[in-house]
Amino acid sequence: MGVRNKGLTFYLFNIFAYTVIIILTILCVMPFLLIISGSLTDEVSIAIDGYHFIPKVFSLEAYKTIFTFPQTVIKAYTVTTVNTIVGTSLGLFFMSMAGYVLSRKDFKYRNRITFLIYFTTIFGGGLVPWYIMITSVLKLKDSYIAICYPGLMAPFLIILMRTFITSSLPDEVVESAKIDGAGSFKTYYSIVLPIVKPGLATVGLFLALNYWNDWFLSSMFISTPEKYELQFYLYNMLNSYEAINRLVSSGVTLATNPPAESIKLAMAIIATGPVLLFYPFIQRYFVAGITIGAVKG
Amino acid sequence: MHPKSGFLKEVKKNHVLFIMLIPVFVFFIINNYLPMIGIYFAFTRYSIRGGLFGSPFVGMQNFEFLWKSNILLNITKNTIMYNTIFIFLGNAIQVFSAVLLSRLIGNVFRKITQTLMFLPYFVSYVIMGVLVYNLFNYEIGFINTMLRDFGAEPLDIFNDPNMWYGLIPAFYMWKWVGYGTVIYLASILSISNEYYEASELDGANVLQQIWHITLPLIKPTFIILILFALGNIMKGQFDLFYQLIGNNGNLYASTDIIDTYVYRSLISDFDIGIGSAAGLYQSFFGFILIMTVNFLVKRKTPEYALF
Repeated sequence: MGVRNKGLTFYLFNIFAYTVIIILTILCVMPFLLIISGSLTDEVSIAIDGYHFIPKVFSLEAYKTIFTFPQTVIKAYTVTTVNTIVGTSLGLFFMSMAGYVLSRKDFKYRNRITFLIYFTTIFGGGLVPWYIMITSVLKLKDSYIAICYPGLMAPFLIILMRTFITSSLPDEVVESAKIDGAGSFKTYYSIVLPIVKPGLATVGLFLALNYWNDWFLSSMFISTPEKYELQFYLYNMLNSYEAINRLVSSGVTLATNPPAESIKLAMAIIATGPVLLFYPFIQRYFVAGITIGAVKG
Repeated sequence: MHPKSGFLKEVKKNHVLFIMLIPVFVFFIINNYLPMIGIYFAFTRYSIRGGLFGSPFVGMQNFEFLWKSNILLNITKNTIMYNTIFIFLGNAIQVFSAVLLSRLIGNVFRKITQTLMFLPYFVSYVIMGVLVYNLFNYEIGFINTMLRDFGAEPLDIFNDPNMWYGLIPAFYMWKWVGYGTVIYLASILSISNEYYEASELDGANVLQQIWHITLPLIKPTFIILILFALGNIMKGQFDLFYQLIGNNGNLYASTDIIDTYVYRSLISDFDIGIGSAAGLYQSFFGFILIMTVNFLVKRKTPEYALF
């Protein structure tokens, strides 16, 4: 739309629109800036002056302390990274296979099976029976499997995967592969997978983000602090002084007290770092996923 | 009709496809269908020795306890109240910001602001806990420091249940505004430009275009999102509430929802019977609600029905 002869309403509206959008954007970003600036503030200054938008006394002490005794942080990072990679790869493999099968028009039970998957989102046994299943029946308490397997699949993602496959794979391609004598699995990995790469990226990133940000499974099933996921490690640090002492006591004793307040914020930045770093490049995949999922989900 | 033999024939014909579905089958059976048997816990006084079928059957006693102690009323009230605010205020703000964004002239500016507004969706809920600490800590929080600098009284949010009626929705909006905006913006950008051009010839201004073209055309998206959110009104935002409130008993009256109550009865009290009962209550009424919503949607606009 051009800008010619729009009159006063147009200009007032634009001033309003830009102002509101800028305010909303600032409100969304501001908290991150506050966390960063807090993590760079001197501990004594925090106790006396509190947190400010610009640090009153600048200090890198919080980061230094974390990197002086990096063992426990590295451990939590490793748990989360491995969990994310393993869970995302397996989940992507399983869900893309399922999405392919459920997209096949010649597969008689596809609607019924899709419904069985979907049904789990509208009715379930609840948290407690699920917990008993994993701890008492499967005996996975304090096992890495307990923080990995529950995130492997989600009905929303399976249906999203199926939608991606249906919309990018013409029926004739499957038919002609069949005539050429390719088996279903061969069709899947040599024809379907290369075609739905954008779909795989989207579903994979949803999975990876969920794994990276998970704290709940650790809180439910893990009792050994060394096995905590990164976010739950951060949660503990936020909620107990003990956790900060544990970080420091893994090395030699410090001459001064650890910067207990700013260290929480520094840890938050370290735990969120990879997400913020990749965010500009990955967010468009989420936009695609959300848009497709909202229209047909 | 022999459905069983038909099924076997199908398995024989398409056995590879069935094999490819095995992981999904196993997952949903273990993770979702088998635990449904545990609904029975809701009617027992659970003992570790007795397990599922050895624990004494107590009928509706657990539900009676939840009802008589007023817990059920409080957590149901909170769950529905907060969700109602989330749904209506949330969607309104998201529509509002999507409409404004779609009208910005600079493409680059729009991309940048939209991207930044989407950022909170990507960080974990634990970060939200960090934020509350950073902003509202009584002695050193950013907002309290500012209030003191201006000579005002600092806020003691961890001892004031009423504050949370505003704070929880505010944090929810922060987390989800970008997500919803993505949906509505896509819906707005798919509107054909012809409508706008024609209305411009008729002399319509921006506000008239928004009122008579944009809003009516995104109304279906809006209604569908609202309806299905209403169907899920019994399900709470567990992560949000737990990271903001944690185990702060002072605030339960105004902040406890079904999900946080079930979690606590499992993790802190280890009361399997009560926890299962509250969970079953949530599941059961949630199920009825969503079936009703779907039934109504199906009758009016079948193409939007879920199943």
